[in-house]
Amino acid sequence: MTATTEHTVRVPAPRTAAPSARARRTARRRRLGAAGVLMAPFFLLLTTVFLIPVGTAAYLSFYSDDQPGLGFGPERTVFVGLRSYAAVLTDPTFLGGLGTVALYCLIYIPLMVAGALLLALLLDSGVVRLRSFAQLGLFLPHAVPGIIAALIWLYLYTPGISPVVDLFARADITIDFLGVHTVLPSIVNIALWSNLGYNMVVFYAALQAVPREVTEAAVVDGAGPVRTALQVKTPLVRASIVMVALFTLIWALQLFTEPMLLSQSSPVINSRFSPSMYIYDAAFTRNNYSLAAAASVVLLLCTVALSYGVTRLTSRNSTAEEAR
Amino acid sequence: MSATGSTLVRPRLLGRATVNAVVAISVLYTLLPVLWLVLAAAKNRDALFGSALLSLTDFSFGQNLSDLFAMDGGLYGRWYVNSLLYAVLGAAVGALVSVACGYAFDKYRFRHKEKLFGLVLAAVMVPQTVLALPLYLMASEAGLVNTFWAVFVPVLFNPFGVYLGRVFSRGYVPDEVLEAARIDGAGELTLYARVALRMLGPGLVTVFLFQLTAIWNNFFLPMVMLSDQDLYPVSLGLYAWNSSASVSPEYYPVVVMGSLLAVVPLILAFVLLQRFWRSGLTAGAVK
Repeated sequence: MTATTEHTVRVPAPRTAAPSARARRTARRRRLGAAGVLMAPFFLLLTTVFLIPVGTAAYLSFYSDDQPGLGFGPERTVFVGLRSYAAVLTDPTFLGGLGTVALYCLIYIPLMVAGALLLALLLDSGVVRLRSFAQLGLFLPHAVPGIIAALIWLYLYTPGISPVVDLFARADITIDFLGVHTVLPSIVNIALWSNLGYNMVVFYAALQAVPREVTEAAVVDGAGPVRTALQVKTPLVRASIVMVALFTLIWALQLFTEPMLLSQSSPVINSRFSPSMYIYDAAFTRNNYSLAAAASVVLLLCTVALSYGVTRLTSRNSTAEEAR
Repeated sequence: MSATGSTLVRPRLLGRATVNAVVAISVLYTLLPVLWLVLAAAKNRDALFGSALLSLTDFSFGQNLSDLFAMDGGLYGRWYVNSLLYAVLGAAVGALVSVACGYAFDKYRFRHKEKLFGLVLAAVMVPQTVLALPLYLMASEAGLVNTFWAVFVPVLFNPFGVYLGRVFSRGYVPDEVLEAARIDGAGELTLYARVALRMLGPGLVTVFLFQLTAIWNNFFLPMVMLSDQDLYPVSLGLYAWNSSASVSPEYYPVVVMGSLLAVVPLILAFVLLQRFWRSGLTAGAVK
């Protein structure tokens, strides 16, 4: 109520004197209060479902529930220092999982970024027929939940149900999509199928924002459509490329849903196939919280380091280019 | 003259054909598995295993549908309602919370603002799987494990929504409009609710859709938190049924039909809200 009167009093005579320091201070305090109210719910969530859990994970990784000798007496929580980390980092199943995810990222991320960018450039070139239909069709898998995408592809990989395996069989080709060497590409395929269209739309939106004069100037200078796309348009959407690469990386490192579902039908995928599966297995199957927490922290550090690397690498490239 | 003309035209025609072929193959790649799901949902179990999807006999769409809702005492219907509750309610609340915070980041000045925003951005990259065990322990401390809230509260947290909220606020809400409303005597919170929120509409819908998709997809958190099948979302329920299917194959047709129905809400949301998220996505991507 007082707020209204103060403003209305002040406004008609702004020239006679600058608003007093006191009025300015109350206005500032009011704005800070509003900012606080608007931000409070989010920061409450940030604290309870993010900061405290991260802190708890770090804490748990340094402590362990030790059973006293012979299993009698109450459990005690004792400080074990880096013991859990040593256990995780020397566990061949965890290192194997890290290796699997590294290989998965190396196959998946370049394919995803290049594929989505290629499709966006093609759609942006203006020669594609039924463009909005094509976009909608490519985008459709984004509306399919990850677990269902995995289910669909699992069935498409399963001999007896799959028309794909059936087709290959008719051509006398037997492919085991869930074999030792094929299971990782099969998972890449599921992720690619799910996210290709979405990332294509992100790139397409960025390409649409490239000023037409720029591409027209390139054409006048004699650049063909391919050169225009690769040397003129692509550098201009670099920010989107970095964003897509970063998000793809962060999601790829969490690999869980697809292998979890495929493991129901493939003996090749064990319960510690990826670091996330390792964490789940350690925490909820083996009830070894400190081991799970240490593995979580290691996964977190890998994610942060790689994300930082991606942003640093690309920003250094951009400053170098600007200097040129 | 004509010779050079034809050599120029031919590669261009060839190029057009290649471009269209590449796009067409990609569209087939994305569409065919969904088409398979539609066809498979209409088949009975024998046809499903015979891979005879295109034959018009063995059509049992209605039968599969009623089987689905009758299976295990109508569990699927419950899962569906649960998923809708988690996703629609969670995305609505979450989007409002995130966008309000993003707006405050854009329009107000305070100390350590960029540091706090950095913390928000850092939260984007923390894997869900890292938070799951501590969240489980906290929920079990609070007696919330295996309740609605154990899944509902963590999914409200959407740091990327805050980032988008800030971008949208900068793009859609001009400072002059806020100044004018302030001179008219509007309080800061009224200003947000009456003026800014309306302009942020498309952005709000975009964040809502992002979060709706994420929660509808959510699988890891319910798997950790819930043991009562009555509280499962569709994703976890279908996972459980699929694992039973290897032992009792009568689950296969209902899993397929259940998967088809689980795709519908998101497609509906994307189609109905198309006008909003297209503009929203552009704003977010261009930045």
